[in-house]
Amino acid sequence: MLSEEELQSNVSVASSPTSNCISKGGGLKVHNYFGLSDSSSVESSTLSGNVEDDKATISLKATELTLGLPGSQSPARETELDEKPFFPLLPTKDEIFSSSQKNIASGNKRGFSDTMYTEKNWMFPEAVATQSVVNKEVTQNIPKGQLGTLNNSSSPPAAKAQIVGWPPVRSYRKNTLATTCKNSDEVDGKPGSAALFVKVSMDGAPYLRKVDLRSYTNYGELSSALEKMFTTFTLGQCGSNGAAGKDMLSETKLKNLLNGKDYVLTYEDKDGDWMLVGDVPWEMFIDVCKKLKIMKGADAIGLAPRAMEKSKMRA
Amino acid sequence: MGASSTLLMVSHGHCLLCLLFSVVRFIYIKTFNSFDSFRIKSLPSLPSLSLSPSLVLMDRRFPFKVLEHIFSFVDSNEDRNSVSLVCKSWFETERRTRKRVFVGNCYAVSPLKVARRFPKMRSLTLKGKPHFADYNLVPDGWGGYAWPWIEAMAARRPFLEEIRLKRMVVTDECLEKIAASFRDFKTLVLTSCEGFSTDGIAAIASTCRKLRDLELRECIVDDLGGDWLSYFPETSTSLVSLDFSCLDSEVKLSDLERLLSRSPNLKSLKLNRSVTLDVLESLLRRAPQLVELGTGSFSDELDPEEIAKLTKALSELKQLKSLSGLWDLLPEYIPLLYSLCPRLTSLNLSYATVQMPDLIDLLSRCSKLQKLWVMDLIEDKGLKTVALCCKELRELRVFPSGADLDETDVTLTEQGLVSVSEGCPKLESVLYFCVQFTNAALVSIAKNRPNFRCFRLCVMEPFAPDYRTQQPLDEGFKAIVERCKDLRRLSVSGLLTDKAFEYIGVHAKKLRMLSIAFAGDSDLMLHHLLSGCQSLKKLEIRDCPFGDTALLENAAKLETMRSLWMSSCFVSFGACKQLSQKMPRLNVEVIDEHPPKTRPDSSPVERIYIYRTVAGPRLDTPEFVWTIHKSPEVGVSRLSIR
Repeated sequence: MLSEEELQSNVSVASSPTSNCISKGGGLKVHNYFGLSDSSSVESSTLSGNVEDDKATISLKATELTLGLPGSQSPARETELDEKPFFPLLPTKDEIFSSSQKNIASGNKRGFSDTMYTEKNWMFPEAVATQSVVNKEVTQNIPKGQLGTLNNSSSPPAAKAQIVGWPPVRSYRKNTLATTCKNSDEVDGKPGSAALFVKVSMDGAPYLRKVDLRSYTNYGELSSALEKMFTTFTLGQCGSNGAAGKDMLSETKLKNLLNGKDYVLTYEDKDGDWMLVGDVPWEMFIDVCKKLKIMKGADAIGLAPRAMEKSKMRA
Repeated sequence: MGASSTLLMVSHGHCLLCLLFSVVRFIYIKTFNSFDSFRIKSLPSLPSLSLSPSLVLMDRRFPFKVLEHIFSFVDSNEDRNSVSLVCKSWFETERRTRKRVFVGNCYAVSPLKVARRFPKMRSLTLKGKPHFADYNLVPDGWGGYAWPWIEAMAARRPFLEEIRLKRMVVTDECLEKIAASFRDFKTLVLTSCEGFSTDGIAAIASTCRKLRDLELRECIVDDLGGDWLSYFPETSTSLVSLDFSCLDSEVKLSDLERLLSRSPNLKSLKLNRSVTLDVLESLLRRAPQLVELGTGSFSDELDPEEIAKLTKALSELKQLKSLSGLWDLLPEYIPLLYSLCPRLTSLNLSYATVQMPDLIDLLSRCSKLQKLWVMDLIEDKGLKTVALCCKELRELRVFPSGADLDETDVTLTEQGLVSVSEGCPKLESVLYFCVQFTNAALVSIAKNRPNFRCFRLCVMEPFAPDYRTQQPLDEGFKAIVERCKDLRRLSVSGLLTDKAFEYIGVHAKKLRMLSIAFAGDSDLMLHHLLSGCQSLKKLEIRDCPFGDTALLENAAKLETMRSLWMSSCFVSFGACKQLSQKMPRLNVEVIDEHPPKTRPDSSPVERIYIYRTVAGPRLDTPEFVWTIHKSPEVGVSRLSIR
């Protein structure tokens, strides 16, 4: 029989630590997310009788009383909880998905790390099995089954950890409600600041992705973002233009682009023509780009002269 | 079953079926056991008869035409699955007559097999990802691609008319293929799907000349603008139902107006949020025959003249039964809806952040209401009003409104649900989000309303006990499953021990779907469920402290179920391997960032998804999904196409 100390995949750091615990009658083992009962008397709780904290894995530090909001823990905590070591395989995936998380409209693209947790205060279940010091992050700011705060919303937590997928409300609904809140506060409503999504397709990929062009400021960022999305994709030299902002891509650079890499990035503009990415300034590119496509270098060779002609026509 | 005029035939047919069934089934069922039908349930009203042996031979005298005619009255797919298990000729007859095909797990069977088996197929319904994908527990790229199905059907079943997909990845290519391949295509309903853009929708709109239903329900759509609406044919359309409420971008008013003017059959229209209130009147004027309306945003400033016009337009909707949308509904506009209330049977206020007093004004006028979706802003008081005024209520859903979705300032407690269960005699389906609950309330609810078919309670505080007695909610849920004998779907929450699941295992005989989170003490919990719950088909569990023993002991049960999902539990990799070897027709999928190969057998896996299948391990798993291979030497295989 697996005992409670092994139950913990999610930490819920509920709100304010200050005496919000209702005192509970004895006899009931109330669990926090570690499956730990309240291990020592906290604040004014009278649960101390229920110390079932026989977990050898918890270091004394874990039972240390600390007052203050979860987010205000010692810096050591922050580094402990750094996501990166947990996901060595996908070091940069966080970026993509955190950027898409900012946009409510896209809101639902979940990287693997996102499905594990949405904030940094997370326990990875595997870590429990392999590390015994995992519970360092436990603070007694976690009142279990914390019922007193219901009608007493005196101190909404600044950095409350969210359990992924809890409460079980569809992300569609969450996003809609979040937008409702946003809308009610919205004053400026600049249309230009809205997200600008374009489809990105790649030959051979089973499905499309989309990117928000406004979340990048130059070609380099776009390129690296796409690179992460489509791991065989390489854009390479294009990025050098973005910073300058005004330069047109010279012919030689284009050729380097085509010959040097396996894939090139192309886009469909407002006229419906397919052009190579990189030959117009970034701001203009955002305006005209409707779709992105990652083509094989060989397929895209024919585009180069047209792109040059077109830009000459425009100039 | 059939229409009243064919009732006689139906009852004859039904009786004949029952007769033949009870005898023939015994004899033949053992011989033919490799069919794709999984449901081995007998017809519900099977009489017990003792028959003479001569009746055994009766089926041989029934020519195909007669059987075919009889089977044409069998609508329910469950019955049809049972029918097809009786004998080979029944299997053949049934498959040739089935028009509506339902596949609850798109990986349970290959598209090709389904296409070949049902030549007369007109309607296909598929479900892809596991249910917990709705709550972000399934990483992107897991699977559920519609393409192989669309491709197979396009090649073999060009007369397909309806496609309904839920939780699947649908690309623009899929939509374009649908538009190009099915000449008589009529119905496209996508629920919680993703992967496509408005370009794909435009393809459907422009090419499917007989399109009747186009519904995008809570999909994630790559919204490239509102042009798609202009792609409907210029001549009058056959549209009956249009739902684009999940799209973000604006559609042109003139496009929409013209579309409504030339769609005389339109009965259901669900606008998206960007359709503002000031244009609603002009739209409604062009579609007074609507039965279902989903408004856009309901919050613009209107001058008195506009308000008067809108009030009139709303009151002209004499057939309207269902109202939804109502985003950002302002309290001062609620009176505009009064004229609709007396006829409404379905009201979705779950996006309307309206406070309780205003809700009461509205709901007290809705005496015919059968379905109500609302936010917890309704509070206990509002639910009391519902209990008083909405005596026809069958389905209630109360969603959390808090910004963090599990923090709330409103006084919605268990009392609200108790009132409704007392006052609404027809209530049978509930989804209720609440911060805390008591056993006493659950017992009351069960006593008041033994006719629940669907009971989903989400106590938002994990591990929350009965807040009055500090006991686990075991007794409460025991009352629910004991009294509600027809319970098909149950979601439990709050503090629960193994005992609760013992009760569920023993009493919930008709339970088909069970969702559990943060509950239980040990493997006993899972054992109770898998060794009880005769009708269990879908079990999904998260964050519960058990795994291996119960799973392995009850492995055979898994083949009688559609699927089992377990995440953040304690199932070890070794147990997964054992299970997979033991059960040849299960796919045991491990969803884990770290490759199982490199880990010891005892290490827990993050998530497992186990489902029965006749299609073998799937070929489209992404890098973080492993299907545990059947043969021990091979170990874990990850077959993927890139």
